[in-house]
Amino acid sequence: MSKSLIPLLLTLKVAGFATLAAFLIGVAFAFLLARARFPGKEWADALLTLPLVMPPTVLGYYLIVVFGRKGWIGQWLYDAFGVTLMFTWQGAVLASTVVSLPLVFKAARSAFEGVDPNLERAARTLGLSEVGVFSRVSLPLAWRGIMAGTMLAFARAMGEFGATLMVAGNLPGKTQTLSLAVYDAVQAGNDRLAMTLVLITSLVCMVILVFSGKILKTQYLKEVDR
Amino acid sequence: MKRKLIVGFMMVLAVTGIFLVKAGKAVAEQELIVSAAASLTNAFQEIGEKFSSANPGTKVVPNFAASGALLQQIEKGAPVDVFAPADQKTMDQADEKKLILPETRKNFVSNGLVLVIPLGSKIPIKSPQDLAAKEVTKVALGNPDTVPAGRYTQEALTNEGLWEKLSPKFIPADSVRQVLDYVSRGEVDAGFVFATDAAIARDKVQVVATLEKHKPILYPVAVVAATEKKDLAQRFIDFVLSREGQEILSKYGFGKP
Repeated sequence: MSKSLIPLLLTLKVAGFATLAAFLIGVAFAFLLARARFPGKEWADALLTLPLVMPPTVLGYYLIVVFGRKGWIGQWLYDAFGVTLMFTWQGAVLASTVVSLPLVFKAARSAFEGVDPNLERAARTLGLSEVGVFSRVSLPLAWRGIMAGTMLAFARAMGEFGATLMVAGNLPGKTQTLSLAVYDAVQAGNDRLAMTLVLITSLVCMVILVFSGKILKTQYLKEVDR
Repeated sequence: MKRKLIVGFMMVLAVTGIFLVKAGKAVAEQELIVSAAASLTNAFQEIGEKFSSANPGTKVVPNFAASGALLQQIEKGAPVDVFAPADQKTMDQADEKKLILPETRKNFVSNGLVLVIPLGSKIPIKSPQDLAAKEVTKVALGNPDTVPAGRYTQEALTNEGLWEKLSPKFIPADSVRQVLDYVSRGEVDAGFVFATDAAIARDKVQVVATLEKHKPILYPVAVVAATEKKDLAQRFIDFVLSREGQEILSKYGFGKP
């Protein structure tokens, strides 16, 4: 049982942190690109969306080039702090964050763009600060779209395989998430373990889908009530 | 505008279709699928090319991965004709499951197991014992479940009394070539690979020790039982065992069986 429980807990931990990071980064950039005007804006949008269309192995390779022990940032991290992200669960979080970021970003940008700018202007005339406008007008109005994107990002992070394998390796108990454990079990011909893992994954995903659907619905009803 | 787009899209589809049909026709020549251990990658690519050109109308399609993974593929019905894993255990398993023709089984090369470190590494590692030092934090090896090089490593380190002590530092890899890659890029402090793997990456890794306390490393080859090209598969094995085949293998550092 522990053979399938450990990868499950690790997967939830990695996907949780990755979703949180993707949420913060994605929402920030989405708001910036939805409201600010600057040259090369659509290029920035394309850059942030790129992980969605590129093969995860390509992303994995980029991450190795940048964060590997001999990478641009990785070398500095190692020399300065003796830290390396390679073969650690934090590395898995990094990979999952990059892969799931576009899902939050895309959904949040269109949600912010759907918010009527007149409402924000009205809030400003009523004396709200910029932070207040964002947190009390723009964000609540865009919330449903953002949450839908975040749920998708969590699902994507849970299933991440390619980039994670390249950056964090496949260390049982340390970086071996559910998708990697399934791969490992099938490679080794351990069909029973593979079946257990596959069933657990399917069950967990079903539960998440049902609950996220419920949360979104109640959120919507609250808005209608108001 | 919209119509132009649709017409363009249709044209792309049509061109793709023509290419697919053409590709389908090209396959009409005979293919021989050879599943070989990852450590045989460079040598078998050359052998495959030589065999293909010596037998017009035949194309060798090599399939390289960890031997254990290749065994699983064959067991699950992959259309493989020749199987060449890096250890006897994998071939014994294939034999027990009646996946190969036992009378065609032959040992064709030998190899050695070595400890490598990234070239220019500052950590003084001269032997497997040195891996116990505190500054060594990551040691890559093949996953013993599927990778023969990992199995030999486990056996050698167990006999040295080091397996338990070093295990927290292990980074298991999917194939011996992945171990080589980890060491080449300096992501790990040391790794265990075959002597032939270390030889192709001399500009990136340094061999510091040769391990001895393991079974002799002998590569077997056999015709897969489910093949429909038994004669061609046997001819390929004969070619591997021939002087020409053996010369190519020894060029890449493999020893006599």
